[in-house]
Amino acid sequence: MKATKLIFPKWINTAVRLSLVGAALTAGTIAVVGKFLTMPETVDVGYQPTQPVPYSHKLHAGEMGMDCRFCHTTVDKADFAAVPPANTCMVCHTAIKKDSDKLAAIRQAFADPNKPVQWTKVHKLPDFVYFSHKVHVNGGVSCVSCHGRVDQMEVVQQQKPLGMAWCIECHKNPENALRPKEFVTKLDWTPPAGTTQQEIGLKIKNENKIHPPVENCAGCHR
Amino acid sequence: MQAVANEFKIPKENPLAKPPLIEGEQSFSTLTEAVSVVVEDKTPRNWYIAFAISVLGTMMLGGMLGYLVFTGVGVWGNNQPVGWAWDITNFVFWIGIGHAGTLISAILFLFRQKWRTSINRAAEAMTLFAVACAAIYPGFHVGRIWLAYWLFPLPYNQGMWPNFRSPLEWDVFAVSTYGTVSLLFWYVGLIPDLATLRDRATTKMRQMIYGIFSLGWRGSNRHWQHYEVAYLILAGISTPLVLSVHSIVSFDFAVSKLPGWHTTIFPPYFVAGAVFSGFAMVMTLMLVARWALNLQHLITMYHLEVMNKIMLVTGSIVGYAYSMEFFMAWYSGNMYEKFTFFNRAFGPYAWAYWTMFTCNVVSPQCFWSKKLRTSIPFMFFISIVINIGMWFERFVIIATSLHRDFIPSSWGYFRPSPVDILTFAGTFGLFMTLFLLFIRFVPVIALAEVKAVLAHQQHKAHGHAKH
Repeated sequence: MKATKLIFPKWINTAVRLSLVGAALTAGTIAVVGKFLTMPETVDVGYQPTQPVPYSHKLHAGEMGMDCRFCHTTVDKADFAAVPPANTCMVCHTAIKKDSDKLAAIRQAFADPNKPVQWTKVHKLPDFVYFSHKVHVNGGVSCVSCHGRVDQMEVVQQQKPLGMAWCIECHKNPENALRPKEFVTKLDWTPPAGTTQQEIGLKIKNENKIHPPVENCAGCHR
Repeated sequence: MQAVANEFKIPKENPLAKPPLIEGEQSFSTLTEAVSVVVEDKTPRNWYIAFAISVLGTMMLGGMLGYLVFTGVGVWGNNQPVGWAWDITNFVFWIGIGHAGTLISAILFLFRQKWRTSINRAAEAMTLFAVACAAIYPGFHVGRIWLAYWLFPLPYNQGMWPNFRSPLEWDVFAVSTYGTVSLLFWYVGLIPDLATLRDRATTKMRQMIYGIFSLGWRGSNRHWQHYEVAYLILAGISTPLVLSVHSIVSFDFAVSKLPGWHTTIFPPYFVAGAVFSGFAMVMTLMLVARWALNLQHLITMYHLEVMNKIMLVTGSIVGYAYSMEFFMAWYSGNMYEKFTFFNRAFGPYAWAYWTMFTCNVVSPQCFWSKKLRTSIPFMFFISIVINIGMWFERFVIIATSLHRDFIPSSWGYFRPSPVDILTFAGTFGLFMTLFLLFIRFVPVIALAEVKAVLAHQQHKAHGHAKH
């Protein structure tokens, strides 16, 4: 019997082993990229665009204690939380700091209402999500649950992931976020001594029959 | 001398004696030649013609599916009240066809039915291609095909999981397991034969490609031992799949509360029907293949006859199930159930029901006659009739149960759209394309196993048949 020549060169052995390692690495990369690098926690949290006007929530809402609804007037009346027009600013700023350079854009918009200030939206939801501010705010979900401590932010930043898993987490256990309606805009609210937030939340949930959609897709996606 | 000759004649007259599984004067080398030549010879012109037609069909399928993706699932004819129509009919039809392959390869292997060796390779290939055709329908019925991976329970970032209580989700597991195990089983069985082709290869290219797929097989004792164990394990894993896959497919209907679907007889009824339709498809393909590839000595009349007997048995089981459904509809005393079955046989879809009944229950009964079950033109005809009938069975179950349910004001009548029809025709194109490629590049007969049968047969022919 004549010796047959090998079909494949010897380095094929190494190549096969390396390709197995490569396949494992590829699978691992796909898993890591697919899961962790595309998470809203990774991609969206920390978004902090520069705004056309250096407005400080920390100063207005925090130190001066203005209510959120002074500017965002529709938050408990409509699905959409209104961004204030320049008129709202000028209620005070016709008298206070009326010549400040930082307010130039506001004065311009006030003079010509057809050219409002182009604020950059920070907290964005996909267009297939129907979110209602009215329902959440009147149900007893505080601004802080989704927007964080805006009253401590010099420049507003997205602090919560706003992803579906995060929404669902609260929809499953709304008692962890509910508080009496009158404290909804009080971002530093703490439960009175002797009670916990969960106890109060559970009471509100049962009294007001709060059942957020969990398994009903059409609750948020119509 | 006279006495010895008589002694040899006795087994031939024994009615229980089985005819040889391999006909003619054969040796290992003639078998290798007969099977390898199919792959190694110049591609015949008829193959090109058949392949061109099949590829055209596949392209039509691609076009129809592309049209669906860009337009929406509405291009199919299903709409309320018949929300499931040809898509699920075709899905169940193709999945069912696959079952014969698994039955032949796994169950008949465990029961030591040697006659399986001539047909198991092609039947398993048929299983794989049928599963591929079947998977298209639920895959595209989700509408947004690019999100079809949501069928699988993975830790998605939106925190949602498929509904584990839904039989449709069980289907995902059943069919994907079935596809994977069938592929592994087929491939493991192929390795020694691919090595044979590698060793016979005349060009470097063929040698390399068959060399890669035969995974360094050298036919050593150790290789054979591992191979046999792996094959046995895979046969063991596949065996429950023969029963489970179509049981779960039947749950898609049986778990719902619709009269005509909500029946406990569905799992065994579906499994029998699947094996029935699968054997009919194997028969259609094998009759053409043995003629076109000159394999009459390997796929003998005995093989064909045994398959016809299986069709007779499974066809009778299916006929029993049809009758039992009617009995239960009456015996249940449930007016909706009664109406559904009355409507099935005498309503607007009576034509479909009686087509199904004639094809599936009446036609296989002809196989009681030895003359008919050994007539090749007749069995070819019946095998096609059975496939038509089994397609109608799924259509009848799905459409007649849905089109008239509880609210008469919502009754309707399903008509397929042209896209429905062309898509279904296109899956036949895909199926035949894959099958023709298989015939051209892979040994159609499990060579190593057939050789084992030959060795056994020659051993017996020495005259000491007792052991």
